Amino acid sequence: MSASAAVTAPFDVRKVRADFPILKQLARGKPLVYLDSANTSQKPQRVIDTEREVYETYYANVHRGVYEISAKAEKAFEGARVKLQGFLGAAESREIVFTRGTTEAINLVAYTFGRKNVGAGDEVLISGLEHHSNIVPWQMLCEEKGASLRVAPIDDAGQIRLDEMEKLIGARTKLVAVGHVSNALGTVNPVREIVKMAHAKGAPVLIDGAQAAPHLPLNLRELDCDFYAISGHKMFGPSGIGALYGKAERLEAMPPFMGGGDMILSVTFEKTTYNKIPFKFEAGTPNIAGTIALGATVDYLTEIGMANIAAHEHALLEYATAALQSLPGLRIIGTAREKAGVVSFVLDGIHPHDVGTVIDYEGVAIRTGHHCAQPVMERFAVPATCRASFALYNTTEDVDVLVRGLKKVQEMFK
Amino acid sequence: MSEDLRELYQEVILDHSKRPRNLREIADASRHAEGFNPLCGDRATVYLTLDGDVVKDVSFVGKGCSISTASASMMTEAVKGKTRGETERLFERFHALVTTDPDKAGGAAPELGKLAVFAGVAEFPARVKCASLAWHTLKAALDGAQEPVKTE
Repeated sequence: MSASAAVTAPFDVRKVRADFPILKQLARGKPLVYLDSANTSQKPQRVIDTEREVYETYYANVHRGVYEISAKAEKAFEGARVKLQGFLGAAESREIVFTRGTTEAINLVAYTFGRKNVGAGDEVLISGLEHHSNIVPWQMLCEEKGASLRVAPIDDAGQIRLDEMEKLIGARTKLVAVGHVSNALGTVNPVREIVKMAHAKGAPVLIDGAQAAPHLPLNLRELDCDFYAISGHKMFGPSGIGALYGKAERLEAMPPFMGGGDMILSVTFEKTTYNKIPFKFEAGTPNIAGTIALGATVDYLTEIGMANIAAHEHALLEYATAALQSLPGLRIIGTAREKAGVVSFVLDGIHPHDVGTVIDYEGVAIRTGHHCAQPVMERFAVPATCRASFALYNTTEDVDVLVRGLKKVQEMFK
Repeated sequence: MSEDLRELYQEVILDHSKRPRNLREIADASRHAEGFNPLCGDRATVYLTLDGDVVKDVSFVGKGCSISTASASMMTEAVKGKTRGETERLFERFHALVTTDPDKAGGAAPELGKLAVFAGVAEFPARVKCASLAWHTLKAALDGAQEPVKTE
């Protein structure tokens, strides 16, 4: 069952907010207005409780113990894999590899698939919208192998130029790696089309889904991508846990990533036989409690319904875009037709860091800076932007507080 | 406005950020250096004309937040006419000013003069690099550094 089909109750943002204890905190003496979920997201009580429950009642190692709590921990740990499989719409749970997050997931593919399949003169294709974590691993790989990194340009609205991208995919393209949703601008990329376009020319596709998983219903089987990377901390789960989805046949064909315990079947000094997927890629004792808590996160999101969340955030995005555009001297960077709940903007003559410091005193948390996407900043000729990002717990009142705060900033620096 | 914010954005700082002094290139500078703050992407170039050991002229070019712009502007005013040694000591004092908890600092060193307005920065650890970018760059220019300096 896909996440979107599991809608149980109408979306009620007041009820959702009550699930997040941090939202009851004050920031600088004012109610916290958290508009930085694209950076990292807040955690519902259930996720916090799950992690504590693991440590308090059944914490033990997985895949090793014969005793009761070890079996219980393993069942919950592997249960989280199955939950994530359902959430992502993967065909099999063995296609889900646990990692520390999106960055590690992308690096895993670069170090295993990349090192095996990318050689001198080959190409890896990314887009001009990418987060540093979907640029640097490929740069490192290309440097090591004598391959070249190609970049599909973006237009003035912050959308990938698909016509240019298609021209850049050729016989030497060993991988296309693109983000699903841009963290810096909020652009939702046409990943279905990109996958079709790349597959038509025989190139596999990795999608950085860090910014999509918390906000959009996903069905990776339908999407048909080869790899998909996510982070728990961006989707209301713990930090330090994430996952790589890979088609089983892709994962089977890849060499292991790190060597160590749990990724082996047998070891002698002469030869080691590697474990089957996904364990082949999961060396060492994993983030057990974090993984189980990520499973609880998936349950939580599935109950609320990803389609409900996407609709709520879309309404917020429209409200915020209109409200921000009404401010004189404010320019929105990134005006793609398809956007997730992210508004990146600059104020005339006022540096984003001054904006961030001043509205912090209104209780508003936004990201100010380059958002780990310096090439995007360069494309729009700004050193940095202010970025407000929305999640299921944000309200139109949050946007109103932001806008009032920005007026104060403009008053102060006029 | 809160007391901390008023401390940070004092009138003199806002004034220098809106009308920075010595914001220009020095065509025949004896030295110059580039500074970069990776956190915010701000860049500054500091130009120096030395007369023997004395800073005869100093200027900067760059774009940054109000704190970094005001700091660069006020730095150029503060070090003009000072010797190299005096300039380096002033940087040490300034660095201590913006990084030391004001409750424990026991007041700004007297030689800081007008630069004492930056004491409020110490309450904002994320902004220390903004205030010190121009100074790090000045030091690099004095040292004749070839590579751009970074604040981290």
